[in-house]
Amino acid sequence: MQISKSLKRLIYWELGIPLTLLTIGIYHGLMQTIYRAGVIHQSSFAHLDYYQGLTLHGVINAVVLTSFFAVAFGHATIAFYFKREPHKWVAWLSFWLMTVGTLMAAWAMLAGKASVLYTFYPPLKAHPLFYLGAALLIVGSWIPLFSWANIYVKWKKENPLVKTPLAVIGTLVNFTIWFVCTLAVAYEVLVLLLPWAMGWKATVNVTLARTLFWFFGHALVYFWLLPAYTMYYTMLPKLAGGKLFSDLAGRISLFLFLLFSVPVGVHHQFSDPSIPRGIKMFQGLLTFGVAIPSFITAFTLAASLEYAGKKRGSKGLLGFFGKLPYLDPNKYLFAYLICGLILFIFGGLTGIVNASGQLNAVVHNTAWLPGHFHMTVAGPVFLSIIGMSLYLYSGIAGKKIFLPRVNVIIPYLWVIGILIFSAGLSWGGLMGEPRRTNLGMSYLNPKNELFTPEWVPTTMLALCGGIIMTFAALLFFIVFFGTMFSKKMQTGSLDLPVSEALHDERQILLFDRFKPWLVIMGILILLAYVPAFYSASNNPGPGAPAFTPDNPVPVQPASQSNIYNQ
Amino acid sequence: MDPYERKIILITGAVLSLFIFSILYARNRNNDLPECLPYNKAYLEPKITRLDEKTYQVYMVAQMWQFQPAQIEVPVGSEVDFFVTSKDVVHGLHINDKDVNMMAIYGNINKTTVKFEKAGIYKITCHEYCGIGHQSMQAEVIVNESSKY
Repeated sequence: MQISKSLKRLIYWELGIPLTLLTIGIYHGLMQTIYRAGVIHQSSFAHLDYYQGLTLHGVINAVVLTSFFAVAFGHATIAFYFKREPHKWVAWLSFWLMTVGTLMAAWAMLAGKASVLYTFYPPLKAHPLFYLGAALLIVGSWIPLFSWANIYVKWKKENPLVKTPLAVIGTLVNFTIWFVCTLAVAYEVLVLLLPWAMGWKATVNVTLARTLFWFFGHALVYFWLLPAYTMYYTMLPKLAGGKLFSDLAGRISLFLFLLFSVPVGVHHQFSDPSIPRGIKMFQGLLTFGVAIPSFITAFTLAASLEYAGKKRGSKGLLGFFGKLPYLDPNKYLFAYLICGLILFIFGGLTGIVNASGQLNAVVHNTAWLPGHFHMTVAGPVFLSIIGMSLYLYSGIAGKKIFLPRVNVIIPYLWVIGILIFSAGLSWGGLMGEPRRTNLGMSYLNPKNELFTPEWVPTTMLALCGGIIMTFAALLFFIVFFGTMFSKKMQTGSLDLPVSEALHDERQILLFDRFKPWLVIMGILILLAYVPAFYSASNNPGPGAPAFTPDNPVPVQPASQSNIYNQ
Repeated sequence: MDPYERKIILITGAVLSLFIFSILYARNRNNDLPECLPYNKAYLEPKITRLDEKTYQVYMVAQMWQFQPAQIEVPVGSEVDFFVTSKDVVHGLHINDKDVNMMAIYGNINKTTVKFEKAGIYKITCHEYCGIGHQSMQAEVIVNESSKY
């Protein structure tokens, strides 16, 4: 379909800005594997400190890239399926808030005033602009939801008997989760951290801040994943040359994500004090609720791919695997999506380990954790984001892909890189190798008394994987920016692949309306989180003053320094 | 409903039950999650207390960028209660080979109990980023053969 110039421009910027910043994020990813493997034994390289780079890597790759993309993809799906464009100034307001927020946070990080990592746990204090920037980016990213919901409600009134397109449900579910979970982090940032970072408030309740963060932090994971799920259900079967096995299965799993995405965050705090075991256990069990939509998805997608393979003439039980268009340069999006799925199998399995209280005690905060989430967020999430960014851009701009044969092998290179990288991290994690640590300075420095030789092979593996990943990413940047700077070949249009359903079940009202699901979502959140917030508010003792990463002596709050001056 | 779908639902249910059973089972058998204790200033004073031959209490204080006490010596077979807190930012406490994993947080007391059944040196590593000296924050538990005592 044809879209307005304004929406075109909006989508270009919302894809171009994060992908440009991603070059910085990827550079710091590579650098970490170099530091950690003990190739260099120093605290900084090229004037950028290890932990500053780690903060940039996390914030850019996991928050900026994913938020910008989710908004651009949301605009595209809503416009494509409803043939109506989102409200123009609402969309641009969202864009400017996100961009200004990103610039503020980027300045604070690059200036070295916010080396607090992307989880910004207090009482490590960052520059106030880092917090403010993060808040603007987040608020900006959920503003379009209101415009999309408005279009949806109007459409539903006109078409009460038509099933809502699956991709639309995916987008609306995703941004509803996002809106709900970001309320907690907005409260953390605006009420707890900002006044404290400005020196107006002397102390902060650290456990409460962490609990608020993880209310947001785990739902964030699904905010990353659901655009990928939407592509898996609505595009992958079509690209494979088949049909979606069941349309209803997609609806059920999307709505289940609405229920289980938020009330599970405490499983990130199994090792925290001041939260009773019962609450941790309850949320730990709810986490396994998320396994249900994941199983449904695994089955439905496998069945869809099998159908596609059989249609292409495969024989035998697993013969369909051999008949899929893996290296077809015209269907490169298939390659990006299937590679993400392969990684997600391992990402899901390692995730089950983390969600189990006892097993988590073995791996919590070790290198195992980044080993796990690089197979999710740097797996299906990242590959679907970069693949779809290229697809949307080249389609809307009417440009041919630059180096199409290179393009189609990028995701496979990436899979090889990630598997080696994550194998190294996971193995190291099982031997106690900590995450978020400049190992090269101490544990991986043979001249240091803390030298730990067991971690040499594990960090070397991670380094090899990191180099392959960086090479794949470099090729992607060449393809993407090569496409961007090439000549326009035809009139551009917004077109998404649309899978038909093999079992296209009749409309079931329960799975075509949001209200009942929103009510259950609310109840589950209250059950899981009222006791958690209550414990986090009441069990801890005094709040903590602010610290900067370089000094064990707290920063004097404004009120106290006044006392000293008198 | 497609018969394959019905089968897959049954399998999913069985697998999930197995997972949940394992979690609840392991909970009673092995180390449980850390205990939730009310705050008390007394824990801010690092110390090792010997309650009897095989029972010790350690008040572990994490701070930028060291653990105190930095070295804990106990005989084989000892049961040690760790009470953990932080004087400043968030730190992590991981005892290698013992599956002990706790966060040390300002104004909060974390507690777990560990039994050391094999002699050796167990490294305690800070595994949460705590500032520029984070990568050198390590302590150790030395578990001696009982003949020394």
